[in-house]
Amino acid sequence: MILPRPLVRLAVAAFAAACMAAASDPSERLADPGQEARARAIFKDVRCLVCQNESIDDSSAELAADLRRIVREQVAAGRSDQEVRDFLTARYGEFVLLKPSFSVGNAVLWLAPFGVVGAGVLLLVSRLRSRPEEAELSEVEASRLDDLTRGDEA
Amino acid sequence: MFVETGAFALAMALAFALVQACVSAIARYRRSSMLAAAGEGAALVSFLGVGLAFAALVFAFVASDFSVANVAANSHTEKPLLYKVAGAWGSHEGSMLLWCLALTGFGAAVALLGRGLPQALKTTTVAVQGVLGVVFLAYTVFASNPLARLATPPVEGRSLNPLLQDPALAFHPPALYAGYVGFSVVFSLAVAALIERRADAAWARWVRPWTLAAWSFLTIGITLGAFWAYYELGWGGWWFWDPVENASFMPWLVGAALLHSAIVTEKRGALSGWTLFLALAAFTFSMLGAFLVRSGVLTSVHAFAVDPTRGVLLLIILGVTAGAGFTLFAWRAPSLPQGGLFTPVSRESALVLNNVLLAAAAVTVLLGTLFPLIREAATGESISVGPPYFNLTFTPLMAALLILLPAGPLLGWKRGDAAAIVQRLWIAALIAVACGLAAFALISPRKAWGAAGLGLGAWLILGALVELAERTRAFRASAGETWRRLSGLPRGAWGMTLAHLGLGVFVIGACVETAWKAEAAEAISLNGALDVGAYHLTLEKIGGVDGPNFDAERGIIRATRDGRTICVAAPERRFYPAGGQTTSEVSICTLGLSHLYIVLGERREGADGAPTWLVRAYWNPLALLIFIGPAIMAVGGAVSLSDRRLRLAVGRKRREAEAA
Repeated sequence: MILPRPLVRLAVAAFAAACMAAASDPSERLADPGQEARARAIFKDVRCLVCQNESIDDSSAELAADLRRIVREQVAAGRSDQEVRDFLTARYGEFVLLKPSFSVGNAVLWLAPFGVVGAGVLLLVSRLRSRPEEAELSEVEASRLDDLTRGDEA
Repeated sequence: MFVETGAFALAMALAFALVQACVSAIARYRRSSMLAAAGEGAALVSFLGVGLAFAALVFAFVASDFSVANVAANSHTEKPLLYKVAGAWGSHEGSMLLWCLALTGFGAAVALLGRGLPQALKTTTVAVQGVLGVVFLAYTVFASNPLARLATPPVEGRSLNPLLQDPALAFHPPALYAGYVGFSVVFSLAVAALIERRADAAWARWVRPWTLAAWSFLTIGITLGAFWAYYELGWGGWWFWDPVENASFMPWLVGAALLHSAIVTEKRGALSGWTLFLALAAFTFSMLGAFLVRSGVLTSVHAFAVDPTRGVLLLIILGVTAGAGFTLFAWRAPSLPQGGLFTPVSRESALVLNNVLLAAAAVTVLLGTLFPLIREAATGESISVGPPYFNLTFTPLMAALLILLPAGPLLGWKRGDAAAIVQRLWIAALIAVACGLAAFALISPRKAWGAAGLGLGAWLILGALVELAERTRAFRASAGETWRRLSGLPRGAWGMTLAHLGLGVFVIGACVETAWKAEAAEAISLNGALDVGAYHLTLEKIGGVDGPNFDAERGIIRATRDGRTICVAAPERRFYPAGGQTTSEVSICTLGLSHLYIVLGERREGADGAPTWLVRAYWNPLALLIFIGPAIMAVGGAVSLSDRRLRLAVGRKRREAEAA
């Protein structure tokens, strides 16, 4: 494919903008508003596989329309949200889900944000602990300070 | 001819950046003020050279000189003037030139404005900035020259993507790059501080204005980009957690952390190591962004052309530059002084927590962006990381930060008083919770998260106002006394209040818009109607439009509420023959702070054979606040920047006055 210009910024968006938020197209909609709402919620978590970085809710690519049809059919057939997601994952791999699974392979991804907070707080606590409060003045120092300040007032 | 002059000037700019780096380094080594002045002069000349090259490129675009490859690829004779000019930075090559313009511009600014800096620190900073200039100018001259000619110029150019022909996007890159590259000065100052072994309170004060400037520009740049996406992409989305958006957001988060940690270093001499680390990290993230956008390693809707060679070069630049900075840091940081003591309840602790949470947020965004690459390289499995991940990680981190935020500025240094904070904030907390509960109970449909976000935003705004009232002793002293204190407040304090207020405004807008957005889409015939939210839209007319470089179909859509006309929208569906693209020109009715967002879609054959048009409409409540909030934050940054205390010349004048 010859790209029209070196800058292909938004090549996909340009295409998609022609009929954006494709999932709201009335010709695709399910008759039952409850099921339609459920299907739309699932769309937001499913990646349009051929697109750059869009959910099938946003994308107007043909494949996205196919995926929406599959999801709608399954929802209409009474499958649960999880069953629909499992079906898609079995067919297209984990890549299809915009929300990575809570698995060992993704442990770093899910835990690191909170690990950083934990480490930061630990560092703060150790810093607060390792440096004890400025020591109280000893009696000798206190009386000396007393003498000095009394001298000031005089 | 001007183009060749520009190309020559660019090569000269590279040569002078080299002179700047070498002469300044020698000047520092020999402690020669004459050589130091020569290095600074070279910085100015280098900037002038890039400026001339940039002018030549803009000139070539305005004159539609298609013998220049970059112009032929990105411009068109029929394009409006503004977009011809903006085309100069619309491509990879042009935007690298803009990057260099900002880089040398900031270098020249240090040379000109840094008179308050100690000579050694300043000379070293100019030298490091010179090295950065050499690296990026060499990349531009040898690997992506925007002024290269074509052997056989075409008769007509290939035009700029029509989606990019937009006023917000014309100014988005200059603001964004000023922000990205503004952190280069912070980076240079940090490297210089490590070399000179002086990362003290005074150093933190010198770092602050550059960080403020870069961060404010970045805020404006990101907001313009989000605003553009909002009205141009046709469905009102403004943030997608796209890798390229993340690339601009990471330096923003690190910059925000740096702004706060630099306060601790300046006022209390503490955290200097961490402040140095952030100063190095901010520009590292900027360079990472430049690499991600241009390398093609990530799939993004915003990416420039995929060019692995250039990507590898940028990765080498990133690795060497950041690697050198952080190696120096690892070597010198352990010998830095620890600074003043503080207790768990103190402003220092609050600012450390702010930094911990902002750093964790930056790590989250970094992981969310790069983890799919890492995972694929390690195991060969490909996964996607999309908005749901960020909602579950980034959002709680930010929520924690925002809940703690109002207490921070009220705490005293070293030893704060928790009871006093509760006493000052409990009314604000009560009102904020009441706002959230009221929103939850009264607004239908019921949205718990939207209501919580609204309460959080109210908490931030009220917190900022309480802090202002504390400073001015409002309601406790006489009105005259309050007024006197109000007018005597330093600009830095105003800046902080505005930035925190703006954040609250943004949070309200973002949460309300996300939670209570309403959508409707129908294929309707002439005089057909659809309802969205409380509004009734009627398609009254369809007509053709001849634009300067497009043809369009324009619909006249009347929006009414309870029979009363609210507005008449005129959305368009445009066809750009130059590139063969179709785009939607959205029509937005602004109703107070909310938007009625109307899109004209494709023409379809109706059931009875009559033509229908697919009309999409969105009710975006308080959408305007999403963009007003960050604008207020940027203004806060600018106001803070104008504080006398930060003007570098002030200290010098005072010293001169004392010496006299």
